Amino acid sequence: METTAFDVSKIRNDFPILSREVNGQPLLYLDNAATSQTPQQVIDAIVDYYSRYNANIHRGVHTLSQEATDAYEKARVKIQKHFNAAKPYEIIMTSGTTHGINLVAQGFTAFLAEGDDIWVSAMEHHSNIVPWQMLCERTGARLRVIPMDQKGELQLQPFLDGLSPKTKLVFCNHVSNALGTVNPIKAIIEVAHGVGAAVLIDGAQAAPHIAADLQALDVDFYTVSAHKLCGPTGVGALYGKEEWLEKLPPYQGGGEMIETVSFEKTTYAGLPHKFEAGTPNICGGIAFGAALDYLNGIGMEKIAAYEKELLEYATAALERIPGMQIYGQAREKTSVISFNLEGIHPYDVGTLLDKMGIAVRTGHHCAQPIMDFYGIPGTVRASFSFYNTFQEADRLAAGVEKARMMLS
Amino acid sequence: MEQQDIASIQEDIVGEFSMFDDWMQRYEYMIELGKSLPKIEDQYKTDDHLIKGCQSKVWVHAELQDGKLVFTADSDAIITKGIIGILIRAFSHQKPADIIAAKTDFIDEIGLKEHLSPTRANGLVSMIKQLKLYAVAYETQLES
Repeated sequence: METTAFDVSKIRNDFPILSREVNGQPLLYLDNAATSQTPQQVIDAIVDYYSRYNANIHRGVHTLSQEATDAYEKARVKIQKHFNAAKPYEIIMTSGTTHGINLVAQGFTAFLAEGDDIWVSAMEHHSNIVPWQMLCERTGARLRVIPMDQKGELQLQPFLDGLSPKTKLVFCNHVSNALGTVNPIKAIIEVAHGVGAAVLIDGAQAAPHIAADLQALDVDFYTVSAHKLCGPTGVGALYGKEEWLEKLPPYQGGGEMIETVSFEKTTYAGLPHKFEAGTPNICGGIAFGAALDYLNGIGMEKIAAYEKELLEYATAALERIPGMQIYGQAREKTSVISFNLEGIHPYDVGTLLDKMGIAVRTGHHCAQPIMDFYGIPGTVRASFSFYNTFQEADRLAAGVEKARMMLS
Repeated sequence: MEQQDIASIQEDIVGEFSMFDDWMQRYEYMIELGKSLPKIEDQYKTDDHLIKGCQSKVWVHAELQDGKLVFTADSDAIITKGIIGILIRAFSHQKPADIIAAKTDFIDEIGLKEHLSPTRANGLVSMIKQLKLYAVAYETQLES
């Protein structure tokens, strides 16, 4: 079964990597939550940059520098429009989600005092736990956790009960990387703002499936990585509300982020350059823009609708396998299936699937607190993208069944 | 019965694996080998005996018996058990000096080359290193 509105075979032709073989089998790539594959259109943008207008930006008076600057700043605007931010300079180009989180965590050191509360959700990636723990160590603030339930949904009541004027910051992922749960961020942002707290949403896992409307969400910070959005690695974006970005001190010193420098005093550049010290990943930023163009050419709503069908189909296929345990069965989730087979280590399943040409992720997915919650060492995670097919879902289920037969 | 030397045990293992036509048979055999692994005693299943760098847990214990090193091990993943089982079969009941000097090319020959990458999450390289480290430690003890 294929949906008629979505010509997946045509889309697959855009991705050269999908035609390669692994271990003598056609590649079945289901590790999209770790990194997505790159369409030819994005590869072309990278080649075009290095072939025609590679130059440093913002400083040169020569033509190449101007062309590179224009392309880079256009990419910023594409990101702004894609996520409906109010202004282009509210988009800070980063090396990725982790960089964005650390930039905010570092900046908040000045605004926190002993006894203040910072809340994180129980289903965060380590990159959205550790920077806040470090921030707590620096400031004496307390790290509190919004708990989750067996289905993999957040339980908001303890958070609502614990909110107070002492609550200064709230961090939550839009979508859990390990479980695929779509979290109720709108509600979290609203109640956090009710006590004057700022909210940072980690959008790394949501962005491939949902184009968040940042103004409608009224979120203070939102951070994404290009490589999960058909773009290159090592580049991402941090959205910050203008008022917050004005308040936050610079993260790193260097070129680009200054207005004037003397040995007595340096004045910082305005937004967004204040947070963009040094020569950025120019090509990566431009390619990020090209990746958004590509996704919008297909349409994020079409992508989400197709992936939802694929998720339901693949879930049903996997559930027919004896001993199948799926973790994370939230009402709203993205196309991620985290599972284990009864009595079988996820590593064994992943190893055998790899021999069959099927790429999945195994382990704790950088979310050990979730694994501790379920009392398991890890899971096998199959994460689908819009270029995956229903036939591939069948092939995954057949592969898992074969692995089960071999391992039990 | 005289204990075979490491090189001839490795030859035997290579011979057994050469009978298989495809990866499935090789892995099925490895899984079988994992089931017959000389089990580590529970008292040694501690963090001190864990090998770092593996996605699954691997515990290894070594003790000296009549000048030879005897290894026992366990893992929570069965393929890993098979891999450590193959290594132990090659290296257990051998003199520490022979273990230190032993080659490990046979891993390549039995079709497990892909596990040899130092960045591979299962840590075959770490396992070999750990067995050799035990040998070095006991060799030093024997010399003193």
